[in-house]
Amino acid sequence: MDKFETLKSKVVPLPMTDVDTDLIIPAQFLTSISREGYGQNLFRRLRDNDPNFPFNLERFKSAAILVAGENFGCGSSREHAVWALAGAGIKVVIAPSFADIFYSNSAKNGLVLVTLPAAQVERMLVEAQAGEFEVTVDLEAQTVTLPSGEKFKFEFDQFRKHCILNGLDDIDYILSFKDKVAEFRLGQPTAVNCTQGDNK
Amino acid sequence: MAGQAQTKLDSKNTSSKEARSIVEKIWDSHVVGQLEGHPAIFAVDLMLIHEVTSAQAFQTLDAKGLKVFDAKRLLGTIDHSIPTRQNRWEIYDESAKAQVEALRRNCKNHGIPFLDFDKGQGIVHVVGPELGITQPGMTIVCGDSHTSTHGAFGSLAFGIGTSEVGHVLATGCLLQQKPKSMRVEFKGRVRKGVFAKDIILRLIAEIGVGGATGHVIEYVGEAIRAMTMEERMTVCNMSIECGARAGLIAPDQVTFDYLNGKPHAPKGKAWDEAVKHWQTFVTDEGAQFDRKIEIDLSELKPMVTWGTNPGQGVQINQPIPTVKSLPVQEQGVAIRALEYTGLTEGATMEGTPIDWAFVGSCTNGRIEDLRIAASILKGKRIKDTVTFYVVPGSEAVMFQAQKEGLPEIFEAAGAQFRMPGCSMCLAMNDDKVPEGKRCISSSNRNFVGRQGPGSITHLASPATVAASALEGKIASPEGYF
Repeated sequence: MDKFETLKSKVVPLPMTDVDTDLIIPAQFLTSISREGYGQNLFRRLRDNDPNFPFNLERFKSAAILVAGENFGCGSSREHAVWALAGAGIKVVIAPSFADIFYSNSAKNGLVLVTLPAAQVERMLVEAQAGEFEVTVDLEAQTVTLPSGEKFKFEFDQFRKHCILNGLDDIDYILSFKDKVAEFRLGQPTAVNCTQGDNK
Repeated sequence: MAGQAQTKLDSKNTSSKEARSIVEKIWDSHVVGQLEGHPAIFAVDLMLIHEVTSAQAFQTLDAKGLKVFDAKRLLGTIDHSIPTRQNRWEIYDESAKAQVEALRRNCKNHGIPFLDFDKGQGIVHVVGPELGITQPGMTIVCGDSHTSTHGAFGSLAFGIGTSEVGHVLATGCLLQQKPKSMRVEFKGRVRKGVFAKDIILRLIAEIGVGGATGHVIEYVGEAIRAMTMEERMTVCNMSIECGARAGLIAPDQVTFDYLNGKPHAPKGKAWDEAVKHWQTFVTDEGAQFDRKIEIDLSELKPMVTWGTNPGQGVQINQPIPTVKSLPVQEQGVAIRALEYTGLTEGATMEGTPIDWAFVGSCTNGRIEDLRIAASILKGKRIKDTVTFYVVPGSEAVMFQAQKEGLPEIFEAAGAQFRMPGCSMCLAMNDDKVPEGKRCISSSNRNFVGRQGPGSITHLASPATVAASALEGKIASPEGYF
């Protein structure tokens, strides 16, 4: 996982609520066994159906911050949705709320999810649609700074922050508890054994 | 329609240490440890694995030179991207073929039991329960959001992403924050022709697609107790569609009777001990929930979705809500949804012409679902303008259906009985609803293009799907019972 540093970028607006992971990356692109190559098909259906969809417009090409409506990333657990956003250069998503599995998947890939009140998100959506709109996301300080200098403060899980700022992987953290896990397993009731018996 | 439910906030302060919900009991018994300010190290009892969300996880494992933590707690099968035609061993799509072969190879290399074609293959959430591997009090995960299905047995089961699949492969654990709890009580009994699918669609319409985000739902009430295990699985399966992390139901005699004699269920003395243990997974009197909702089912009619998310559903005989009547934040979504589905606000779903029909998926692809559809179709012909796929959820479901003569009923009615898999629920294989065509479907998601680019989906119970296929338009099954 790459470390996250303070990011200043253009904002690409997606004024939609309940954006599901099928919309972010349709199932037809999920047969790949790689983590790469999904960016080109990010929001494929919306891009194909609407020439004015923000991700089709030249002025949003280099934007690394996406702002969207509530419940972003709902539906399927596919981590490919995060890989597609990251593959298209998105490093931060700002919304009033996120779906649980998407939230968890983002953390594992260093995609920063910023939760802000609906009114602040709405303001950013309006400004980003109106013209060029650049903001600065500072994870360390937990702020989004607008061009006017106004700062929006956001909450962020401190453990996640530490992991993302330092590019740390969960797997190594869990492995550091290896002995404790082994001890715990010994105390558990007998487990179902999928390797034995009749699986037909 | 969020906000209409009777929601009560419980004060956590009054919570007694003794009285715990099932979720808390399972949570407490699976936390290996937790450092202050950090997420818990949470032990997983079983992980189910399928081809679409696992290859990259095995790559991580191999790259780090790690072995799987415990192969007996893992089970692989293929379901999402495989063909459902007769000669399914031949996969024409090179990319899907490589994905299936990767899982075969990964399971073999790591000694993980794998249910291949003709070896018990099926949809992950259908095979776990039918083998008796899904048991009360367990923690179960899978790289699939419908893992909540297994909650029907009183287990804490939820979907995870591919990175987390890798964590569980390597360590048997996940980093987790304790979920919030929500109690959904279904009051009253449903009328004939109304099914588990209608009940869960009713809940999602009530609280919205993000209505339970961050919560684990415990379903209670008379209607739940009266349900078979397969019906309970349908309810728990769609918990994710209102944003819940999981959904579960306290185990009872129905649960134990279902498990008794299943291949992996304990036998003899071990069975008696297991039942005693499972019986502890009930919510104690006085346990606190973060949220409570009650829904009365006595007047409920069959539900159908009109839009492009599972929360956009109405009773079959009631008008699609007008955009103005919806909360402001839902209006934009509703306008776009109506534009996509080609329907009008205020119109009634009943009578909408359909082109396709689908019975199958982890939501409604079990034997009881097939029996209900067959009972409606028996001796009749579907409209010749309709293409109807019936896809059993597993090989075991398929064999049982064959034993009961169901494929003959489907074929005689003009429907196709196909080989097991996820099929047209997400159209990752060749089973796609063509562009612009309208499908009545027993699956779980009506997202834009879910059943194929440009396809339109209306979610309903298998009974409503069968009744609609006969008439060539969305129709209530109530008259068939």
